Amino acid sequence: MREKTKDLTDTIAAISTAQGEGGIGIVRISGAEAGRILAELFVAGNTGHDGKGGKDRGKEKETDENGLFPATGMKERRLTYGKIKDPDTGEHVDEVLAVFMKGPHTYTGEDVCEIDCHGSMVSLRKILSLALDRGARLAEPGEFTKRGFLNGRMDLSQAEAVIDLIKAPTEKTFHVALDQLEGRLGTKVREIRAELLDLLVEITVNIDYPDEDIEELLYRDLTIRLSQIGDKVAAMLDTVDTGRILSQGFRVTIAGRPNVGKSSLMNLLLGENRAIVTDIPGTTRDTIREALDIEGIPVEITDTAGIRATENPVERIGVEKSKKSFNEADLVILVLDGSRELTEEDLDIMEKLDGRQALVLVNKTDLDRVFSDDEIEKYIKDAWVIETSFTLEKGVKELKEAIARKVYGGKVRQREDVTITNLRHKILLEEAHKALTDACAMAQQEQALDFIEVDVNRSYETLGEILGEAVSDDIIEEVFSRFCLGK
Amino acid sequence: MNDGYLMGKYDVIVVGAGHAGCEAALASARMGKKTLLTCINLESVAMMPCNPSIGGTGKGHLVREIDALGGEMGVNIDKTFIQSRMLNTAKGPAVHSLRAQADKHLYHLEMKKTIESTPGLDLKQGEVVEVLTEDGEKKVRGVKMVTNAVYLAPIVILCTGTFLRGRIFIGESSYDSGPNGLAPSVELAENLKDMGLPLRRFKTGTPARALDSSLDYSLMEEQKGDEKIVPFSFMNDSLEREQISCWLTYTNERTHQVIRKNFERSALFGGYIEGVGPRYCPSIEDKIRRFADKKRHQLFVEPEGETTGEVYLQGMSTSLPEDIQEEFYKTIPGLENLKIIRPGYAIEYDCIDPQDLTTSLESRRISGLFCAGQFNGSSGYEEAAAQGLMAGINGVRKLEGKGPLVLDRSQAYIGVLIDDLVVKGTNEPYRIMTSRAEYRLLLRQDNADTRLTEIGYREGPATKERYEKYLEKKEKVEREIQRLETTRVNPDEVKAFLESKGTAPLKKGSTLAELIKRPELDYSSIGEIDKERPALTDHEATQAEVMIKYRGYIKKQEMQIERFKRMESRRLPQDVEYAQIDGLRLEARQKLDRIKPLSLGQASRISGVSPADINVLLVWLERNRRMEK
Repeated sequence: MREKTKDLTDTIAAISTAQGEGGIGIVRISGAEAGRILAELFVAGNTGHDGKGGKDRGKEKETDENGLFPATGMKERRLTYGKIKDPDTGEHVDEVLAVFMKGPHTYTGEDVCEIDCHGSMVSLRKILSLALDRGARLAEPGEFTKRGFLNGRMDLSQAEAVIDLIKAPTEKTFHVALDQLEGRLGTKVREIRAELLDLLVEITVNIDYPDEDIEELLYRDLTIRLSQIGDKVAAMLDTVDTGRILSQGFRVTIAGRPNVGKSSLMNLLLGENRAIVTDIPGTTRDTIREALDIEGIPVEITDTAGIRATENPVERIGVEKSKKSFNEADLVILVLDGSRELTEEDLDIMEKLDGRQALVLVNKTDLDRVFSDDEIEKYIKDAWVIETSFTLEKGVKELKEAIARKVYGGKVRQREDVTITNLRHKILLEEAHKALTDACAMAQQEQALDFIEVDVNRSYETLGEILGEAVSDDIIEEVFSRFCLGK
Repeated sequence: MNDGYLMGKYDVIVVGAGHAGCEAALASARMGKKTLLTCINLESVAMMPCNPSIGGTGKGHLVREIDALGGEMGVNIDKTFIQSRMLNTAKGPAVHSLRAQADKHLYHLEMKKTIESTPGLDLKQGEVVEVLTEDGEKKVRGVKMVTNAVYLAPIVILCTGTFLRGRIFIGESSYDSGPNGLAPSVELAENLKDMGLPLRRFKTGTPARALDSSLDYSLMEEQKGDEKIVPFSFMNDSLEREQISCWLTYTNERTHQVIRKNFERSALFGGYIEGVGPRYCPSIEDKIRRFADKKRHQLFVEPEGETTGEVYLQGMSTSLPEDIQEEFYKTIPGLENLKIIRPGYAIEYDCIDPQDLTTSLESRRISGLFCAGQFNGSSGYEEAAAQGLMAGINGVRKLEGKGPLVLDRSQAYIGVLIDDLVVKGTNEPYRIMTSRAEYRLLLRQDNADTRLTEIGYREGPATKERYEKYLEKKEKVEREIQRLETTRVNPDEVKAFLESKGTAPLKKGSTLAELIKRPELDYSSIGEIDKERPALTDHEATQAEVMIKYRGYIKKQEMQIERFKRMESRRLPQDVEYAQIDGLRLEARQKLDRIKPLSLGQASRISGVSPADINVLLVWLERNRRMEK
């Protein structure tokens, strides 16, 4: 059974500044391990303040009793300039100012460190995930404050406020996350959990009812099933966008029927001729993915092969990829040919776009337009329409501005909350995946079923945490409903 | 109302001498308390009204734990078994489970003898009809018998099993009865209800008993006992015994037809039974209805003892009328000429909602009234005995003004069992399963003594002899592990041996412990290359092997337990009015108010209490603590 309440004494970490385009962001770590974690990530710069080259350097070594801070060259409660370095790869993540504060006179009453870095989500998330890798746990909403209160760092009168802060936050967060992902993640996780439950039930029956006339679970089958489920979790991990927007980019997919100018747009944005541009529909056989910078935002732009039905097997692969990229995009740019009537295929794509983040480009406006914006509005409410002519390079600047506004303004910014929640999801998915990999390896070695069960169960419960599902006896319930057991 | 006449004063009175009652009474007497054990009929002391076996998955673990604490069940089954098997040996050591077929009659006689010869313990036949209370029904003071005899005691332990308002169902007929044709206890049920205890109806059932000589075993598969007998009790290093076989046969389509045709004549489907039965112990008619596509069901023929020709038809519990019972049993290979000597039946009985008890198994309403066994909504001899032992220990502790002894979920299956019953509650007769334990890899049957004998000795039920035996074992095991971890072998000297076992040769020197960890090898097989090993008992050798072989897993689970303990150690005051805590959701307030969990950990296991509720609780408690200052 899963523990309902997180440990009250382990070390927690979170990004503690508001999400968005703030100039500075703070990663906060609290708990007994905070100092060690900082020491492992932080390298003081030699700016002469408190860094390694500073004049106090020798003294700090003496003042540090737990052996951690000489390595970082920092002094307690002094903001120190330096770099965050990934200890595994040696990569410099960001220039930061860091501070370590020994408890109990801190916000949480525990040892706390704060890392102030550039406000970009790339650095913030990278630093946070480094801290998590080194043993911190992602803080629950309101957890720093809760700890502060529990450790006597807050006035009694603040108790109500603290309660309000932590009252059912989990459910709410889960809802936001699941809603915004249009339930896709939830559905997927539920599917995977159902498969795991099946497996757990069979394992349980095999263990608890050795004398019953039931089918023995074969190691070969167990290995195959575990590895299949593991693959599914791995596939999900690939699609969870943790820190992705700014590390890999904001995902933009260019959609439209063949020969409306998608590849030309791609080339315009990239400033070079990458995609094959011809007048033959379906020339772009594969999706083309490029990273570029638009108004300072890293964008990952995908040119699709079109999503029309096709008999050509090579093209069909391209079409499948297009659909995938279309579904996963943060923003879809639909390119229409303004010089021709809207086709079935155009309408089909437009229907799929309603309610999603989209820009509609009416291209080829160097020729006469044959349909109005109202036609588009019929399918996409409040559509953001931009007239372009790729041959004249008209409208490209406007398009870039629109992309930037989509990232910073409107709904896309809300999506930031989702990605933060998603960081939790990603961590849980990774944990589940690890447990499945372990279980699979043990099944392959034909280890005892009851050992394998421990890891299978762990993955099941970890996935349950994503859904925020209540603790229940579902395995035992299933055992009795599916198997005929008993004296 | 007749006030009765005083017949005696005791420290502890135990009502009912089944598996729970025997353990409760023995524990109390062994802890030095003057104890009375009453029973409607002394022929039913430690009676096994259902299957003639002790142990099995999870249950075997409970027996080992009872034994480690100084209970009697393990010792008694070791004296009286007629067949012994270790189940699940193909799986990890955590789920190896011992099961023994008992000679029922002998089991009863031996337990009765032990009780009779225990100093300070009086056994009396008689029916308790009233629990006497004082302080406005807030505190127990004794019991009154049907004869108006009154016995006084500040502690009363109810172990009424299936006797309480027992009613037997066979087909369309039903009648008031305890198990096995014994008298039911009706007046006491009324009395407990009047006292406001939340009683409910559960049901269970049993198959027919047939005459051994009427069966044709040539049509069945023989099931022999293990060649090497592993004793239940840690007090027995080894046992030798002539064993009796069980026999396996199967139902077939004809059997199912007979049963299907007569569904409506079964008490279960006829709508006569209101009680809730256990899903893991369905009657054959229930199996056939719920699992319609299953072609056959197992039937184990189990001898009930050496001095009787009665055999138990395991797997075939039924509440069909006698004529149909006979008809369907006879369709089964080997049973064509069967003679039934006791028909199968379903039995309904009153029991308490265990959420009305504290984790020491004391009533929340009536101080000094403890409850154990089937009365608490469990099923099974082992589950009953485990609760009886704990109720006995806790009754005595209360007398002595000590706080309750609560084994937690990381210490024992007993802890899992009681925590589940009391905190989560149950909607059907509760059976232990190894999958109910979170820390299964540590709660093994081989280490029950390591986990519990110290406690049993400190509390009293475990004798000095047991304690010393445990210390000796512990020391020998530790020394042996150390020896195995430091004894080195070089690649050449073990090359032939490793090859013969189909395992990879060594590249460099290794310890014996490293070799034991290999899946192809174990402690006994490396004996060939380990000439220096000391003489160890089987218990000791097993323990050393498991500790070495599974160290990695054990370590992992120990870390989980540390976290678990942190939550369990956050105590919750017992006088909290949860209804007044604003941030809690309504459902959580109600549940918490009802169950009054002892710790934050326990609170978090209550269904309907969410993680957010636990956080609110934490903050609220802290606020209160400071406000009181």
